[in-house]
Amino acid sequence: LPGGKSAVSGAVTMEKVTDYKDVTSYNNFYEFGTDKADPAKNAHTLVTKPWSVAIEGLVKQPKSYTLEDLIKLSPQEERIYRLRCVEGWSMVIPWVGYSLSELIKKVEPLGSAKYVEFVTQADPRTMPFVGSRVLDWPYVEALRMDEAMHPLALLTFGMYGEVLPNQNGAPVRMVLPWKYGFKSGKSIVRIRFTDKEPRTAWNKAAAQEYGFYSNVNPNVDHPRWSQATERRIGEDGLFAKKRKTLMFNGYEAQVGQLYAGMDLKKNF
Amino acid sequence: MSRQKFLLHPAAKPILFLICLLPFSWLAWNVVQAQMGNANVLGANPAEHLIRATGDWTLRFICIVLAVTPLRVISNTPTLARFRRMLGLFAYFYVVLHLLSYSWFDMGFDAADIAKDIAKRPFILVGFSAFLLLTPLAATSFNAAIKAMGAKRWQTLHKLVYLIAGLGLLHFFWMRAAKNNFAEVFVYAAIIVVLLGWRVMQYLRKKRLQLNKIGRSQLSG
Repeated sequence: LPGGKSAVSGAVTMEKVTDYKDVTSYNNFYEFGTDKADPAKNAHTLVTKPWSVAIEGLVKQPKSYTLEDLIKLSPQEERIYRLRCVEGWSMVIPWVGYSLSELIKKVEPLGSAKYVEFVTQADPRTMPFVGSRVLDWPYVEALRMDEAMHPLALLTFGMYGEVLPNQNGAPVRMVLPWKYGFKSGKSIVRIRFTDKEPRTAWNKAAAQEYGFYSNVNPNVDHPRWSQATERRIGEDGLFAKKRKTLMFNGYEAQVGQLYAGMDLKKNF
Repeated sequence: MSRQKFLLHPAAKPILFLICLLPFSWLAWNVVQAQMGNANVLGANPAEHLIRATGDWTLRFICIVLAVTPLRVISNTPTLARFRRMLGLFAYFYVVLHLLSYSWFDMGFDAADIAKDIAKRPFILVGFSAFLLLTPLAATSFNAAIKAMGAKRWQTLHKLVYLIAGLGLLHFFWMRAAKNNFAEVFVYAAIIVVLLGWRVMQYLRKKRLQLNKIGRSQLSG
């Protein structure tokens, strides 16, 4: 799945790209197990063909897109983004996809639509840990409409020039480089437009630890992990001190205005 | 009595020592492999793997050392007591490695950062307290200390291990609470509850026997 050059500001970081092997063997994808080595072992059972994504809720053009139609909806671009996990590690990954805003413009949300919700596939036959009590399935994530319209918000079909491996959220996922990784829903089957802030998966599990916004913020710590620093996988050596985490994961120039005037300690 | 003979064999302790050292050797070998860029079991995030593995082994050795007395009594094998000190010291060895990995890989040995981190994150505070409490136990593990303290006081001090086991469990539970991932925590909790529960039962049985004896002596007197 080749991706062309992107004209979006911040779309291509010049940092060293993380090894493909690390990106495909160290994953949080709880539908396939809670250990980070589990998804690479278990996700081969995921069936990605046929696949369709239902666009629902407050839109003029509700529709179910086949994956093929969705891929063709807009030109594919390569975006090299930093990925910062809430657990204090980071990677640099070349994704392939297009801005979610392209899809949103096509389906014409109503004026009353304030949020976009992303629902992950939850099939206990192909996803062995769906049904475990770790989370309330299906996995749900969401964005405010202006966040979803931001050109950096990427509807993603591939990485490293190929289609997404199953453990990385095949066949279609979100990538939101200024937010912690768990905000980027994987294996998406439904995109729903609503007027109320949706309850998201990790927020339901522990509201005091995972806020709705979950923007990368070195000044607001998670009770389990310090967010001031991070370890770049494959690059920061075992014996090196962790590197400093940047506000909005280094995308402050691009996304900062979305949160102007908001108390980010309260809206974490 | 071949079991007793086997446990009393002069090689028994050195063999156990080497077995207890296996997890450390395995991790150390893989650190070397990782540094040389070879395939290793530490994965994409070796620092995290080492911090977690040394923590796991601490908890495992605490369970093992707590199992010695119940095993000794139930199987009527008094010689098992010979190995308890070494197992306890290995629990301390792995907790030192655990603390060292955290201080080094996560905090770059920055004392101010570590102090701030202990104050800020409750699960780190609990883990650190468990380490502090385990230290006097390791420090008084040699025979001269027992003699100097007197067996009674020494035993009272070493009962701290029950509290330490609880704190270690709480530390693990809180760490896993971040991702609602409790399956393993419950396994360790079940083992520790059984091992401590057995002691409570023993205590209650002894108490009842004593009461019975007092009751009988009062009756006869």
